[in-house]
Amino acid sequence: KIERSERERGRKMGIRFILMVNKQGQTRLAQYYEWLTLEERRALEGEIVRKCLARNDQQQCSFVEHRNYKIVYRRYASLFFMVGVDDDENELAILEFIHLLVETMDKHFGNVCELDIMFHLEKAHFMLEEMVMNGCIVETSKANILSPIQLMDKAH
Amino acid sequence: MASSNSLMDSLFQRSLEDLIKGLRLGESTFISRSLEEIRREIKLTDLSTKSVALQKLSYLAALHGVDMTWAAFHAVEVVSSSRFAHKRIGYHAIAQSFSDQTPVMLLITNQLRKDLNSSNEHEVSLALECLARIGTDDLARDLTSEVFTLLGSSKALVRKKAIGVVLRVFDKYPDAVKVCFKRLVENLESSDPQLLSAVVGVFCELTAKDPRSYLPLAPEFYKILVDSRNNWVLIKVLKIFAKLASIEPRLAKKVADPVCEHMRKQNVGKSLLFECIRTVFSSLSNQEVALKLAVVKIREFLMDDDPNLKYLGLHALSIVAPKHLWAVLENKEAVVKAMSDEDPNVKLEALHLLMAMVNEDNVTEISRILMNYALKSDPLFCNEIIGSILVACSRDSYEIIVDFDWYVSLLGEMARVPHCQRGKEIEHQLIDIGTRVKDAKLELVRVSRALLIDPALLGNQFLHPILSAAAWASGEYVEFSKSPYEIAEALLQPRTCLLPDSIRAIYIYSAFKVLVFSLGAYFSSQEPTSSPLAQESTSSGPSMVNGFTYNSISSLVNMIELGLCSLSGTIDVEVQERAKNVLGFIGMIKHEIAEKATSQNSETEAHRAIAFMEDVFSEELGPVSSTAQEKVPLPEGLDLNENLEGLQEICREVLEPMAESDYSSDKVSFSVAKLRIRDQEEASSSLPPPLESSSLLAEHRKRHGLYYLSSQKSDDHNDRDGNDNNTSNEYPPANEISVDSFKPKKKISKPRPVVVKLDEGDEPKRKPDASSSNDESLSRAIQTALMGKGKGKEKEKEKERVKENHEMNVDTENIEQSSRREKKNKKNGERSGKRSSRRQRGKEASVTKPVEVPDLLL
Repeated sequence: KIERSERERGRKMGIRFILMVNKQGQTRLAQYYEWLTLEERRALEGEIVRKCLARNDQQQCSFVEHRNYKIVYRRYASLFFMVGVDDDENELAILEFIHLLVETMDKHFGNVCELDIMFHLEKAHFMLEEMVMNGCIVETSKANILSPIQLMDKAH
Repeated sequence: MASSNSLMDSLFQRSLEDLIKGLRLGESTFISRSLEEIRREIKLTDLSTKSVALQKLSYLAALHGVDMTWAAFHAVEVVSSSRFAHKRIGYHAIAQSFSDQTPVMLLITNQLRKDLNSSNEHEVSLALECLARIGTDDLARDLTSEVFTLLGSSKALVRKKAIGVVLRVFDKYPDAVKVCFKRLVENLESSDPQLLSAVVGVFCELTAKDPRSYLPLAPEFYKILVDSRNNWVLIKVLKIFAKLASIEPRLAKKVADPVCEHMRKQNVGKSLLFECIRTVFSSLSNQEVALKLAVVKIREFLMDDDPNLKYLGLHALSIVAPKHLWAVLENKEAVVKAMSDEDPNVKLEALHLLMAMVNEDNVTEISRILMNYALKSDPLFCNEIIGSILVACSRDSYEIIVDFDWYVSLLGEMARVPHCQRGKEIEHQLIDIGTRVKDAKLELVRVSRALLIDPALLGNQFLHPILSAAAWASGEYVEFSKSPYEIAEALLQPRTCLLPDSIRAIYIYSAFKVLVFSLGAYFSSQEPTSSPLAQESTSSGPSMVNGFTYNSISSLVNMIELGLCSLSGTIDVEVQERAKNVLGFIGMIKHEIAEKATSQNSETEAHRAIAFMEDVFSEELGPVSSTAQEKVPLPEGLDLNENLEGLQEICREVLEPMAESDYSSDKVSFSVAKLRIRDQEEASSSLPPPLESSSLLAEHRKRHGLYYLSSQKSDDHNDRDGNDNNTSNEYPPANEISVDSFKPKKKISKPRPVVVKLDEGDEPKRKPDASSSNDESLSRAIQTALMGKGKGKEKEKEKERVKENHEMNVDTENIEQSSRREKKNKKNGERSGKRSSRRQRGKEASVTKPVEVPDLLL
């Protein structure tokens, strides 16, 4: 286990990254809240995806430790939603955040599926940007998250 | 043809959707073709084409690992467009790909400023988002005033985003605090739940880094804690209080009540309940009522079927275990049940909790049961179990161990667990116990003998460190051994060729020590009698060793000579040198052994040589303090810094890897060992195997056939998985841990042996954390901002709040006096309790200088 002082020395920012990956291991969305090089990102995504896909959803818990952060993940249909957080985060709250994200996308796309995210990636990014800034959750109301997006859609 | 191609291409630019569809059909060449297209398109002047190209590039970069840093300038161009759609694409690309190293970073400052001042709130929010992701020191400094304005914007959306960006700005440019902090705090008092979420989140992060500076804001946070109904907000506020209460104990008392209120609510969300419990366990654990309630609630978590809740329940218990073990003990059935759970995470947490419950009385039983578990588990968990036993037992110089004989034999048992990979740590402990605990040397030698004799263990590279320790111990404490001949034979057995050269060198040296000891015993036993052939007198050492007859000593010498002859030509210098040294020594005294039988002369050259060597080995090796080197006084005229500076550069690469901790470099050392074995393999396979060694092997096998596998199975040299030993695959059923294991058993009658400890402590001093100058300037800025705020306010709201706080004050005043007295008493008691406080590693950073807590709180 990493020493506590070591952890505190680093720049803690709550949520470090959010990934959406399908069962075949293809990344459908990757949002990072800290700067990582291309190679680092690929390596990280590969390792985490392998860890999560190897686990049994029913009987095992939704938290995995990887290096010096925790991954909270949940599978919805064919997509894995994975959030990398600091050790201090409340894991259950993050699970609720993932659920909130899925519900918000569902409300906007209507029965959201993987294809929706693939072809409307910028919308998904937009939603995430409304919800999380600097690694902190800033908005948790579906209505508030979606209203700017709806406004823009109308303007076009 | 070429021109019409480009015409077609520019007329029909592929959109993002086309790109995605194309990707679904076929990957690698499609990407490189698309990249070519993008490179062409993005250089065109038309902003629409450019932005679509940029959009496609961003997509490829995000999901397919394509580098897009070369397009930085184009992103700046796209962002300058007046169309919102273009801006969006541009900012997204910038947020994704810009970093401190991007050269064109300077170019976007003005663009950001323009957009931040825009009247269109969406443009503003785009710019804020971007700033939050990529903000550098310069950007933060240049745009602080804009952020300040936006913090007071009338539009909630904008304000919320401005709050979100504050963290980054403060982080990169601490002086921004002077400008923005006031507005930030004003937002804290806002009744708009949208804003509250954001603000509280920001303060949560700020407080985590530097709790002391935000202490004066406690009353505001308290109000939110009591009033808010929003779970997200409450969770953040609880985290804030967890940090604040741990440095300001008076807060703990105040906050305990509202926290209990939340816990008692009927349909409280599990996430909020968990946060309450965690806050109580980590920072409010001295509040009895809250603690008891939390322990009751955590039981619900442990009993739940949902693996998430089980895991979190165990995790929370491990937070409270150091200070309040009773909480864990109350839930021991759940912990024991969790040891055999499906989920490896849950098992691990249960293991840690189990180790927390270990004490003097139950350590033998729990270790026994855990070892049985380890045998049945997968390699990862098996090593976790072994590792945690090693850590728990060796803590504070083996404080928990009473019966060292048992513990040493346990270490030997660990070596025989098939998946064991903790060789380094076991090696360290074996040698450590040998030097510290005099009374354990006998058992140590016995265990070492068993490990050395077994030829099967030599094939398992993970055990080589343990064998090295066993060899060292056998040589160093040979006087405790029953049969030195056996030891020497085991040290020189044919299969030792599987060892890496460094360990082989240790083996040879230990054989030398055995030889010297035996010769010393032989020669000293000759003196009083005149007919040595007939008698077998006991030696002068510990009564374990029988005297040596002429026959036995000469067979020992011959055996050693024979075993080392084949080594005198090895490639490795260390091994060769030692082998030759021993052979030389033998050559010198060999003829005297025969002579000894007839003459009485005790002043022979051989006798003197042997006495001299015995002297060399007679000094006790004890534990060395890590500060010992510093205590050696420097001789006159020696300037270390000047003389050694030149070496530092060269030595740095060599010394640094050695300084890492044991656990993490386990893998490194194993792979090195693997390489060396492979080298040896190659070296030995290129030469024809010498006839001598194969016949020696056959002879050894005859004599110790019990230890070898049946000759049908091949004797592999490189058994990676270590299944080389003789334990059958059917293990006796593991004892179920019963709850009774935790009841205190009757005391053992044998007294605990003396363990040598060093006064200065045995661990190397940790270097003090170098806090970055940025953090310090940030906290200073915040403190000054808050002090300035506290003095001059005259608003109505303030008066109301002061009245509310007065009620708090009345309570705290009485507490303050008594707590001052408590603090004085604590100081006196602290000095004696220094040792125990050093053990509690979970302690927060110590108080530096007292922060002026403003009148609001006192």
